[in-house]
Amino acid sequence: MDTDLALGWLRAAAAAVEQHEPELTALDAAIGDGDHGANLRRGFTAVLAALDALPPDTPVGGVLSRAGTTLISTVGGAAGPLYGSALRTTGAALPAPAADITDLAAALRAGLSAVQKLGGAVPGDKTMVDAFEPAVAALERAAFDGFSLREAAALAAEAAERGARDTVPLEARKGRASYLGPRSVGHQDPGATSTALLFRALARAAGA
Amino acid sequence: MKKLINTPESVLDDALAGIAAAHPELTVDRAARVVLRAGGPRPGKVAVISGGGSGHEPLHVGFVGPGMLDAACPGEVFTSPVPDQLLAAIKAADGGAGVVFVVKNYTGDVLNFQLAAELAAEDGIEVRTVLVNDDVAVRDSTWTAGRRGTGAAVVVEKAAGAVAERGGTAAEVAAAGQLANSASRSFAVALSAATVPAAGRPGFELPEDQVEVGVGIHGEPGRRRAPLRPARELVAEVVEAVLSEHTLSAGHETIVLVNGLGATPLLELYIVFGEVAAKLAERGIRIARSLVGNYVTSLDMAGFSLTLTKADARLLDLWDAPASTPALRRP
Repeated sequence: MDTDLALGWLRAAAAAVEQHEPELTALDAAIGDGDHGANLRRGFTAVLAALDALPPDTPVGGVLSRAGTTLISTVGGAAGPLYGSALRTTGAALPAPAADITDLAAALRAGLSAVQKLGGAVPGDKTMVDAFEPAVAALERAAFDGFSLREAAALAAEAAERGARDTVPLEARKGRASYLGPRSVGHQDPGATSTALLFRALARAAGA
Repeated sequence: MKKLINTPESVLDDALAGIAAAHPELTVDRAARVVLRAGGPRPGKVAVISGGGSGHEPLHVGFVGPGMLDAACPGEVFTSPVPDQLLAAIKAADGGAGVVFVVKNYTGDVLNFQLAAELAAEDGIEVRTVLVNDDVAVRDSTWTAGRRGTGAAVVVEKAAGAVAERGGTAAEVAAAGQLANSASRSFAVALSAATVPAAGRPGFELPEDQVEVGVGIHGEPGRRRAPLRPARELVAEVVEAVLSEHTLSAGHETIVLVNGLGATPLLELYIVFGEVAAKLAERGIRIARSLVGNYVTSLDMAGFSLTLTKADARLLDLWDAPASTPALRRP
């Protein structure tokens, strides 16, 4: 991943969030408070403006960190600190001008750890971790198997989407959906859904 | 959706403009989205700062003033404020004696306040946090997000604010807030859902003859649905729920908050209060103080929450201490 791909990823993510805002809103209204789509859209709109203001020679890590900082400053709720910290930590783990799949997988693993440390969620709690963890694991496997970034990103996106779908039968144990107890069963988690959108955006940006 | 707004996107900005225009005793920084007591920081006084999603008015902005909060940070509707806002509030309100945050226990609020406290620490400002978690509809365990913060926020802000106003240290202010929180338990019932302006539709649909039991203040559905019954029966269930996780029992005194969720007439809230009083009397619990009205709302949700605070001499003294805020005044 180089600077152009990082920029392409975040712009594709912004477009995906905008396009899927109604879906995220509907999912969140069912088991949360219905603001996930609007909050992420506000955040990624600010990210687009922040990216436009970056010096052209900003390295990959700097691009991702700036996006993370912007999300923390604009989203609010749990999603702002969680996605923001994920991107900042991922960015901090990528100091070189470009990163291969192994670097990217390791950096995203660090980003996932930051999310889990902040939010306290583990896989199965019906949160964004349920999409994030399998996506990172798929990237790690793809790196080990010597796949291209395009192939690896496609596998990660599929894994994230599967992980998001698999939240449907789960009972939420973290986040606002947990207040519903057993009534959270039967709904797809909005956070896992938006995470899957972000990994699909990475695959698109990588040409998959 | 029928609402008195200009656009869904400008709800918070437009409301802040109105608050600024209506309350010259407050300083409203519309760019930073911080509401402060006018006159700048008070040297040597601990700053009590709270915040949370908008849509719960008068909480928290309505409790800014002498005797309660030094600053409040309103987030977007039902969305916690961001760390930048909270840091701006800290810098504007810090009088050099430290800062105490009052944070309702929601994942988003906790994370954003925590990030702000870390940023403040880098600038050499110590921030203590009082977590409000009074809602017994949510099971409190390490495997969940824990009990939500609801009506007790009013009691916590009153108690912490009173100690700060009297010149207490940051540790004393935080301890008073924690005492008020530990002594309080709440439970809510909704008759209709709230409509978030950006969503345009109610958070859930409730048939004419149904209520949501154990509902939160963010338009999220409750733990279960139940048939609508006479106020007496609904209140009996709510009192039972609150007391089942409370140390209140016969011979104790309590501060009672019967709180409207936004769209319930005061007339009905008084009916509820009357039933609460009857139930408490049956159990030998004495009402020491009462508050009836809309204090921690959920936009246009209909329904009420009940908060019972076990009162001792110290808490009653703080509850009675002078306060001058838009929403709560004590001579």
